[in-house]
Amino acid sequence: MSTTMDQVVKKAKDSFGPMFDKSLHDLVRGIRNHKDNEAKYINEAIDEIKQELKQDNMAIKANAVNKLTYLQMLGYDISWSSFNIIEVMSSNKFTFKRIGYLAASQSFHEGTDVVMLTTNMIRKDLNSSSMYEAGIAMSGLSCFINADLARDLANDIMSLMTSTKPYIRKRAVLLLYKVFLNNPDALKPAFPRLREKLEDPDPGVQAAAVNVICELARRNPKNYLALAPIFFRLMTTSANNWVLIKIIKLFGALTPLEPRLGRKLIEPLTNLIHSTSAMSLLYECINTVIAVLVSISSGLPNHNASIQLCVQKLRILIEDSDQNLKYLGLLAMSKILQTHPKSVQAHHDLIMQCLDDKDESIRLRALDLLSGMVSKKNLMEVARKLMVHMNKAEGTHYRDELLSKIIDICSQNDYQHITNFEWYVSILVELTRLEGTKHGSLISLQLLDVAVRVESIREFACHQMAVLLENAHVFIVGSNSSNIAEVLYAAAWICGEFSSYLKDPQKTLESMLNTKITLFPGHIQSVYYQNILKIITYIIITLNNNETIIKELISMSIDKMSVFLSSGDVEAQERASVILNILKSVLKLLEKHEFNVNELSGLFDGVLNPVAAKAQRKVAIPNGLDLDAWINDPPSESDEESEIKPRHFDNTHNQSLFSGDNTENYYHGSNLDSYSGDQSDSNRTKNYVEPSTEEIEEQREKRKQSEKMNPFYIKDSTKIKSLQKTEVSSTLPNNADRSQVTSSKGTIPANLQLSLADQLYRQAKIDEENRRLKKKSKSDSGSSKKGKKTSKNSELTTVDDNDDDLYPTIKVTRGGELPEGVTESGNEDNENDQPVGKNKKYDPHRALNIDLDEKPLQKMSTPPTEIQEPIAKPVENPPTIMEKQKKPKKKKAIEKEEKSSTSKSKSKRERSDYKELLSPADDEKESVVPSPSNTTAAAPPPPPPTTTTTEAKPKKKKTKEKKSTNNDNSAPLLFDMMSDDINPTSTSNQQYNEQNVYKLAAESDYLTIETSIIPTPSTAQLDVTFLLKNRTSSIIDHIDIHVIDSLSSKLLNTTSANHVSFPSISLFPYSQNYIHIYFAINDISFQQKLKTTLTYSINKSSNEIQTDTIEFKLDLPCSQYLRKKSLDPDAFAELMSSGTLTSQSNISISSSSQDFSSLINTICQTYRLTVVDKINSATSLYSETILGHPIAFLFKSTNSQNGISINGKSTETHFLSNLMEEIKNFIK
Amino acid sequence: MIKAILVFNNSAKPRLIKFFEHYPEEIQQQIVRETYQLVSKRDENVCNFLEGGTLIGGNDYRLIYRHYATLYFIFCVDSSESELGILDLIQVFVETLDKCFENVCELDLIFHVDKVHYILQEMCLGGMVLETNMNEIVARFDEQSKLEKQEAGITAGPTKAMTALKEMNLPQKIKDMKLSDLNLNIRF
Repeated sequence: MSTTMDQVVKKAKDSFGPMFDKSLHDLVRGIRNHKDNEAKYINEAIDEIKQELKQDNMAIKANAVNKLTYLQMLGYDISWSSFNIIEVMSSNKFTFKRIGYLAASQSFHEGTDVVMLTTNMIRKDLNSSSMYEAGIAMSGLSCFINADLARDLANDIMSLMTSTKPYIRKRAVLLLYKVFLNNPDALKPAFPRLREKLEDPDPGVQAAAVNVICELARRNPKNYLALAPIFFRLMTTSANNWVLIKIIKLFGALTPLEPRLGRKLIEPLTNLIHSTSAMSLLYECINTVIAVLVSISSGLPNHNASIQLCVQKLRILIEDSDQNLKYLGLLAMSKILQTHPKSVQAHHDLIMQCLDDKDESIRLRALDLLSGMVSKKNLMEVARKLMVHMNKAEGTHYRDELLSKIIDICSQNDYQHITNFEWYVSILVELTRLEGTKHGSLISLQLLDVAVRVESIREFACHQMAVLLENAHVFIVGSNSSNIAEVLYAAAWICGEFSSYLKDPQKTLESMLNTKITLFPGHIQSVYYQNILKIITYIIITLNNNETIIKELISMSIDKMSVFLSSGDVEAQERASVILNILKSVLKLLEKHEFNVNELSGLFDGVLNPVAAKAQRKVAIPNGLDLDAWINDPPSESDEESEIKPRHFDNTHNQSLFSGDNTENYYHGSNLDSYSGDQSDSNRTKNYVEPSTEEIEEQREKRKQSEKMNPFYIKDSTKIKSLQKTEVSSTLPNNADRSQVTSSKGTIPANLQLSLADQLYRQAKIDEENRRLKKKSKSDSGSSKKGKKTSKNSELTTVDDNDDDLYPTIKVTRGGELPEGVTESGNEDNENDQPVGKNKKYDPHRALNIDLDEKPLQKMSTPPTEIQEPIAKPVENPPTIMEKQKKPKKKKAIEKEEKSSTSKSKSKRERSDYKELLSPADDEKESVVPSPSNTTAAAPPPPPPTTTTTEAKPKKKKTKEKKSTNNDNSAPLLFDMMSDDINPTSTSNQQYNEQNVYKLAAESDYLTIETSIIPTPSTAQLDVTFLLKNRTSSIIDHIDIHVIDSLSSKLLNTTSANHVSFPSISLFPYSQNYIHIYFAINDISFQQKLKTTLTYSINKSSNEIQTDTIEFKLDLPCSQYLRKKSLDPDAFAELMSSGTLTSQSNISISSSSQDFSSLINTICQTYRLTVVDKINSATSLYSETILGHPIAFLFKSTNSQNGISINGKSTETHFLSNLMEEIKNFIK
Repeated sequence: MIKAILVFNNSAKPRLIKFFEHYPEEIQQQIVRETYQLVSKRDENVCNFLEGGTLIGGNDYRLIYRHYATLYFIFCVDSSESELGILDLIQVFVETLDKCFENVCELDLIFHVDKVHYILQEMCLGGMVLETNMNEIVARFDEQSKLEKQEAGITAGPTKAMTALKEMNLPQKIKDMKLSDLNLNIRF
């Protein structure tokens, strides 16, 4: 069939020439038809494509490129066609261009050199009149932009951000992020405009801007703290969940840097958690609340409530049948766990359930949680459950994960939670039975660590290890798939080092000598040989110079050790030989009767203490030692992981050798009898592959049964003994008991045995119960097994829970030895390991760590506001970008303090918004000046820079002024607002330097309404913000505003005539929210008072809904029609002399309480005037109305009694006189 | 940020590959295979998130996927994206495909991978989410298709004739239709 197809195509091709090229469709079909020789077919196709690319016809080329894009997806390198792709991109047809750009976006990258040719073409496309051409160009560019393109096209992309089409604007905004990544220099000049986009009327553009800023801020959060107020407002006003999620995530990153922000966030986030139905949003809210709670160390009043809320919601998520929610719930839970373990522990049951989940990811998450939840009380239980899980778990990965988790849980904080180390050692021994585990060395390290740190356990450990050694042969099997043989390393060492605790050293020695040690890895062999000598030494000591037996022993050892000389491992062989020779010389000495035991035991003298992890590097360097100088060969990296290892390297190497004539099995039962014979072993191990729970339970039942039946089973008596013991003193059962437990077991047939760990577990439970009973009557007398050995270091006792006295205190040597005079300090060694993106050598975000607060100077397309309104104390612009740049960083902290100290004064300007330029002057003004408090000084976006030479002087002065205000007054910052608890939605609108003052407009028993008016930046509209405060304990919603239009104003965005409804806004009990209404203004001459009716519903708890209305007059004074506008002095002079300003008005006021410059300052703030020029006692000011009428003022300070004369000029007579009247009242 | 968007079928055949970060073609294929290994062994009804593989990923990256009939849709994203949000996005993507192709099935993706890319371009730009409103995406995509058609109208004379001629190869067509993946309409 396929051949016919080919033939057809071929025929067609021949007859029609190039017209008959394969389309993409044909190519795909062809590939599908050549499943067996796909590569060949594709290579042919590529040859054809190469031919097609040589054609002049653009359609053919485009088709060829389209096919290449497809082949690229299949893994074919198409970089050779880059130039052709560019040709297609440059086509003036949309269809082809799109194909070209797609191919480019899939195959081009930073390294593609021909990209350099494209700059102008892309520029043309970006600026294309067709919105879609610009769109595809931006999509493509986002994929292959490089530093050169980013630099060359930055301006074009910037200007696209002001496009009239949201489709283009939002793409440009997103693309800008890529520009920043490739050209960090672009960030600073572009940032103001990017920030403007946060307030873009189109929600899509707004979302894009949020997206980009969040990406930027995520990597360098501290540079974006100043934007918190804007985001805060967006968060409380936006209804777009995508945007909300981004913002909330961003806040999660910001709160650690500014705890006060966190405090502000709690309330609105809690509201969102209660109200949202979107799980994604709910989840992110919880996450951020957690982040906040983590960052706030000192408690909030409702701190606990928030945690409880989170935990409860998470529990709902975890209980949900949707696995995704379950997974995320666990993920978030683990974050809470770090700071509030108690709250999570309450849900212990739930987490345990998740261990049974069929989804491995969920099980692993649950495991993570478990380790944080254990306490002394439940450790044994948890570990036991995990063991059960492990036995039935499928997949070695998960089983290994469980194993390491068990060890993690038990060993955390230097065994903080372990009350019974016998139990722990037997757990470890049990773990060695796990088939195919990769954690042999982990278990081994644990055994060593426990034995070294916990002196009281050594005897028990020795017995257990001896058993392991006796069964060492089972570890040879299967050593390929796992490294469980590693435990022998620990076993051999423990038995050797603590040989005095061995029950039957002779037997242990023999079993060590009889094992085919040479089959083990070299380091295990070495440890074996070394410790064989240790045991021999011990035996000799105990033999009391009974020379015949000693001789017998040594010659036997020599016999067997000689086999080990053939070890394949260099070091092992060396050790074997050293030890062999030592033994030989001992033998010689013995024959001469000159042997002294001390010579031998001297080899192993000394006390062993754990060494702290950092001890090595803390050793002071002796004078004259140059560590950097080569001594011999380059030193190899030393491995510090084992704290114990160093010891036997310190000691001399000794050993002996034996021959293996002893085939007898010395093993006489214990929990390890599964290993007692090869036969049973192989059966057993199979058993352990995958026994189901039922099987295990069954076995357990059987065991229990046989325990009862078996007269030799001594468990009960042991228990009784230990009970008696605890009555005497609440200690661990002593050695005698312990050895009885083990020895008694020798008589029990293997399959009847209860696992030792389980046995100990039960016993511990009973002990615990007993202690609990005794607790009241008796004070805990502490451990009977107090270590005789004290280490120099911290020896903490396990003190933790309230129930502590229920548990025996076991001495655990914590920490480790350090060189003298050195204390353990923080993680100084970690300081250098800063997390660096692993995959990237170069992290572009580092380059983007730009302090945006620094003054954006000439580069900025907008002039620094400072120049235009120098008197306006730029310091006061709360969170503006401009603001911080002027302050030394250290100041921030001081200011914060100041803020908190001035918190009282804050209540006075309670209505202030983030937009407000908080200044001390404002404070005064607001408290002192009551009447036109509706006054809002706002500065519309400053027009292009007009800095001229004449300004130079005043500017300098101004900076001085600034500084002084800085110092004298506690300039309130944005976070001032944060801590102002009435203000959740405040905003800073930096670039406009706006200032919102909220004035009480009306109130009822249920609701308070405050208003603030600012002109919108570009159109002849007023933005009236209502701050609604719910005074009830019910939810208020269905807010509806009715305003009767006047001749000169018209309500906009109405839902019905003169009505604006806010169905989505609801006010939670005692919370507040903002609503905006807009008025179109067509005449500004007179002040207006608009009759306004606000209707709302109160959802009472009794399910009834009460509707209420508030009527009030909305005051729109003339001063609100002004919009900040600056003018350079030349233009101002021109305007004044042109005679266009026909209306004039003069007043003089004598009773001004303020000095002149601060008065001007206040006036500028309040009436949105900007200073044009300032000469000593005279200042000229300028502004425009929202309809574009110019207004000019000349303020003069007449020396008599602080008098001021004001001279106003405008084109609008009525407006001017009304405004003058207002100013007059204001100053008075 | 989205690092990559992969669509492949039940037998690891790529149907769409979109990397927002450059990887050589060879690595891209390895990533697809590795991701397939990770994803395909998971049961239905387990959670849709997993840690990224060794090739694509790192601590901060996760794979978020959905499995529709024969196709896996996988987004590799970093921690700045909301997991549930991305799941929704995948849903939007697939529903958009369904609208644009009218009952989308794997064959549509096989033969029109370019169109799928164009749809994706309306949704994401440079690894960031651009648009989540399905109607908007569909409208924009349709408008651009219209634009293409207009252009084709002028010059497509010979091309049309050509395709018409090829369509005559009917037996082949029928064979293609019989391919097993025909009945694989995406479920919703």
